[in-house]
Amino acid sequence: MNEFLAILKNELIKTIRRPRSYIGFGVIAFICLMLQGAFYQDGKELLSTVTAQFDNIFNVQGNILNGNLICYIVLQTLIVQMPMLVAFVTGDQVSGETSTGSIRFLLTTPASRTKIVVAKWLSGLVYTLFLLLVLGIFALFVSRAIFGVGDLMAMNSEGLTIIRADDINWRWGFAFLIAFLSLSVVASLSTLLSCIMDNSITPIVTVMAIIIIFTIIGMFDMKSFDVIKPFLFTTHMISWRSLFEDPLPVDNIVASCAILFLHVVIFLGAAIFYFKRKDITN
Amino acid sequence: MSSAILLEHVTKNFNDFIAVNALNFEVKAGDIYGFLGPNGSGKSTTLRMIMALIKPTSGSIKLFGESLGENRSEIMRKVGCIIEKPDFYGYLSAKENMKLFARAHLLNYSAAQYDALFSLVGLKGRENDKVKTFSHGMKQRLGIAQALIHDPELIILDEPNTGLDPQGIIDLRNLILTLNKERGKTILFSSHILSEVQEICSNMVVINKGKVVVQGGVSELLSQENLTVKLEVVNPVEASVVLQQSNWAGMMESQDETLFVFNMGKAEIPAMIDYLSQHHIGIERIDYRNQLEDYFLKITNA
Repeated sequence: MNEFLAILKNELIKTIRRPRSYIGFGVIAFICLMLQGAFYQDGKELLSTVTAQFDNIFNVQGNILNGNLICYIVLQTLIVQMPMLVAFVTGDQVSGETSTGSIRFLLTTPASRTKIVVAKWLSGLVYTLFLLLVLGIFALFVSRAIFGVGDLMAMNSEGLTIIRADDINWRWGFAFLIAFLSLSVVASLSTLLSCIMDNSITPIVTVMAIIIIFTIIGMFDMKSFDVIKPFLFTTHMISWRSLFEDPLPVDNIVASCAILFLHVVIFLGAAIFYFKRKDITN
Repeated sequence: MSSAILLEHVTKNFNDFIAVNALNFEVKAGDIYGFLGPNGSGKSTTLRMIMALIKPTSGSIKLFGESLGENRSEIMRKVGCIIEKPDFYGYLSAKENMKLFARAHLLNYSAAQYDALFSLVGLKGRENDKVKTFSHGMKQRLGIAQALIHDPELIILDEPNTGLDPQGIIDLRNLILTLNKERGKTILFSSHILSEVQEICSNMVVINKGKVVVQGGVSELLSQENLTVKLEVVNPVEASVVLQQSNWAGMMESQDETLFVFNMGKAEIPAMIDYLSQHHIGIERIDYRNQLEDYFLKITNA
């Protein structure tokens, strides 16, 4: 077996065998089922309140409380929780081993430090992908199984957009891809902080603090904030919503993806640069 | 004999603190080399530099004649180590941990090879237990298994006796001697206990405050020809007179009330006891120590 594949396999085994890896799956399943239960119970009433304001403009017919709408709501709800769940595992990958001391064994194998960081980062991405798969299964497929399929009434900054049911699957596919790219930024930032810090909690807390601060900056329409907003990855993490606009803002989506990808490259590059020079003293 | 480890003017600074200062030493292939020093003397920092865990501030480290900075991966295939306390993945079993290390070295171990490895370190029957249930001594044994898993030419053991019970210490000593004599392994063995090194090492280097204090063959450095002999007598005034007239007068280093200190060979001690008895000098206590032992005790006590 190739040396890199061997250490990647080791990292995946460690991720699979660590009990903390399963907390994220449990949280996602719980939140999805909780929201689905609540919407099953009270959803129609809630939606009638929302659609009442459009009654004098148009008539709403058919099943609007459907799996697509529930999935859209779940994804909006998990915008803060998903990065936290990713950071919970990826933020600990290097720093956790540094604090326990097992990093010494890892770094005295023939594998280079670059390969070790990249293997850890990749295993973090695989974990992120599985988190999103679980989210997709629970938020989209289980919701569709419970509530059925129908047109999506998507509320966004431009107003209300109706996406027809036969035009939605590819949008969900791309939305999850952009969500994966967004969470890859979080995983890469966690890996960088995990390389810099020597205990397992601080990188996780720091990632969350950065996301909260950037999100707050993004919430306020102020000139001083407007200058930096385009450069914050959190601004582009919500670009998956643009896939549910009509017409599709392709240029904006592509630009956001490029910026997110650039963040991944910078964070991973910085992680490798720092870790290659790091003295393992504990 | 070729060189397994060669350190030339190796220095490591952590900001203003000099942890290792222009260290030079060489470990010949096939040797068991003792690396001694009190806690905080720079032993672990030096071993971490040899294992590429810490980058030296200056100087050169060569293993098997190759620069560590340039050929780390190739070198690490030939080196096994325990650096300080062994830490494993507690949520995995001992065998699963070893599988990770075997895979990292691109080894495909058979079940029989794992059995032999666990038998060698005395963990047979516990290999499927989670490491988090292991005592420190068992982790130490597992650390030795991990150091040996890829059959390295050079084995670096940083205070490997820590946490081992007396039987474990004896087992480890025998294992080190077997690995050296029967399999020709070179071993660098660090300790802050001189007697441990004395029992198994052929050469040694003593460092303190990041600098080499002394190095050479264990038998020469711990020779019985040059001992510090401490003699405590009942009647010191008479003893002083008698000893001043003896052959050992020139060997006396100091006298402090009842205690006389000599610098002499071990072979002279019985004759001196006889001489004092003949002159009715009561001996309260006599002990002797090699001067290096004496020095080492001083720095380790400090």
